[in-house]
Amino acid sequence: MRLAAHPVPPLTSLRLVASFAARLQDNRNALGLLFMLPSALILLVFLTYPLGLGTWLGFTDAKVGRPGEFIGLGNFDFLWHDPVTRLALFNTIFYTVVASVIKFGLGLWLALILNQHLPFKAFLRAIVLLPFIVPTALSAIAFWWIYDSQFSILSWLLVKMGLITQYIDFLGDPWNARFSTIAANIWRGVPFVAITLLAGLQTISPSYYEAASLDGATPYQQFRHVTLPLLTPIIAVVMTFSVLFTFTDFQLIYVLTRGGPLNATHLMATLSFQRAIPGGSLGEGAAIATAMVPFLLAAILVSYFGLQRRAWQQGGKD
Amino acid sequence: MAAVSISGVHKWFGQTHVIRGVDVAIADGEFCVLVGPSGCGKSTLLRMIAGLEEITEGEIAIGGRVVNRVPPKERDIAMVFQNYALYPHMTVRDNMSFALKLAKRSAADIKQRVDRAAGILGLSSYLDRFPRQLSGGQRQRVAMGRAIVRDPQVFLFDEPLSNLDAKLRVQMRTEIKELHQRLKTTSIYVTHDQIEAMTMADRIVVMRDGIVEQSGNALDLYDRPANTFVAAFIGSPAMNLVPGVARIDGGAPMVEFDGGVRLPAPMNARASDGQPVLYGMRPEHCALGANDGLPAEVVVVEPTGADTQLFCRFNGQEVTSVVRDRVACRAGDRIGLMPDLSRAHLFDATTGTRLAA
Repeated sequence: MRLAAHPVPPLTSLRLVASFAARLQDNRNALGLLFMLPSALILLVFLTYPLGLGTWLGFTDAKVGRPGEFIGLGNFDFLWHDPVTRLALFNTIFYTVVASVIKFGLGLWLALILNQHLPFKAFLRAIVLLPFIVPTALSAIAFWWIYDSQFSILSWLLVKMGLITQYIDFLGDPWNARFSTIAANIWRGVPFVAITLLAGLQTISPSYYEAASLDGATPYQQFRHVTLPLLTPIIAVVMTFSVLFTFTDFQLIYVLTRGGPLNATHLMATLSFQRAIPGGSLGEGAAIATAMVPFLLAAILVSYFGLQRRAWQQGGKD
Repeated sequence: MAAVSISGVHKWFGQTHVIRGVDVAIADGEFCVLVGPSGCGKSTLLRMIAGLEEITEGEIAIGGRVVNRVPPKERDIAMVFQNYALYPHMTVRDNMSFALKLAKRSAADIKQRVDRAAGILGLSSYLDRFPRQLSGGQRQRVAMGRAIVRDPQVFLFDEPLSNLDAKLRVQMRTEIKELHQRLKTTSIYVTHDQIEAMTMADRIVVMRDGIVEQSGNALDLYDRPANTFVAAFIGSPAMNLVPGVARIDGGAPMVEFDGGVRLPAPMNARASDGQPVLYGMRPEHCALGANDGLPAEVVVVEPTGADTQLFCRFNGQEVTSVVRDRVACRAGDRIGLMPDLSRAHLFDATTGTRLAA
């Protein structure tokens, strides 16, 4: 019979498989790899591949509809001498620095206020979160109206109050446009900073403040010597994220100004998109995007090295 | 150093009356312990002395100065918190010198004071460590160091030993007492542990539900508890309180228990005939007699070497006795428990107050 001719009866081979599976279950390394597989796959497909492709594109002269060939640092050389790209780089740094500093200041201030015993505390906290909840495109459209050269409610208010005589051209003048977009970014970014810092403030035990007040510290000294040092680790994390989000901002600018006027509000992200998709120069756009990576890495490294865990946070060793 | 006087103090948290009229006078240099079960208001009272809680009514004076409206930092007090509240981002040295730096003392003065305090507390080799790198007992010492460098008028301790293990607690208890004998600074110490109170205090203030039940030195409270609460709270194991009825018919006053058993009333006790009473006898003041005393059944015998604890049952109520001699009792034996009449107590059964001549 066929079965008898079989060198290994099917039952035995099944047993072999079963025992292999059993051994696999006992092996920590094999099991670990197995469990990491799904997330590794997702990271590879959706993160590494696009990033790799984008970086590769930056080194080619690809255009929409044409694969492009490797041209080395050709794109970067061109962009370095391109005044618009240089302007975009300046704009991005200016935008990030000004917006982040103000977001930090306002966020910390709001967090400190919300940490006090206020009436309607929960309600106020919910309101503070609002700008964060609204989709960026939606709030950008609202700001677009607020900044409109003819229908701006801000200009209207200021005129009615007698502070100005003429409507402000918020988005038409280069510097006005820069500050207007920064203001919109701040409005959108403050809740994240404020709520995260508030969470940090609430982890600080009230007894430190009681001890400090008995030690003779004024409210400012309590803030300076207790709150701030204990909040530093959270500040580091929040501000790293805030800087990353601001540096790569796209939606707000794209809805409000599309980079105008005279490229005054073009950020690297918007310029990269404009060059690559409407402009068709995929390689150039990808090169601009790739050029952002060193800045982002630098921001991460600053927070990693400058603000990493302090000695006092580390556990005891004798 | 200063005396602290608390007079007619009340505290309301919203609708809750937490402190209900407390008067305590603490003499200069005294070690006063506020003791009571949790929720009795002892910590709130301490925080009111520190200025961390407002005084709703009444007056607190430190060194003759009424401090109701004085902010904590101007009261010249130092406090040791239950969780120590050491600043985690500062070294031991910085923790101890923080108050002095804020007071703008000279660097040399600060160093000298911190080094001296560290010497007293055995912290000299830990000055550059962070609180995280210290054991519980060391942190506790740093918290005390932080208080003593300032040389304040009053030390306040808020259950400072409750986070330590039993052995360390006993050791620190002695250290704190020794420190007080050395510095002689007025100290107010809050605890729920009556042993801590008994061993450390010059004066104990027993509190319950926001009022002072009794105040006095440890032996006063032990020998003459003002009511059943203090009687049961002070002393370990707790005093036995057996319900009965006073009988004064002819001869010596007696107390009659359920089932007709009679014991002579404690000396110096005064009750009227037929009055329901609680007969108080401390376990250590109950001798074993074969024929006289309360006829009780031994339930559990616990020898500890130094003495033997007998858990007995009389009329369905647990009665404890501690005897120094080694006894040959076994569970199930019937024994007679005879209180030492000169050290027994009598309380009114309804009000709980001490019935004394």
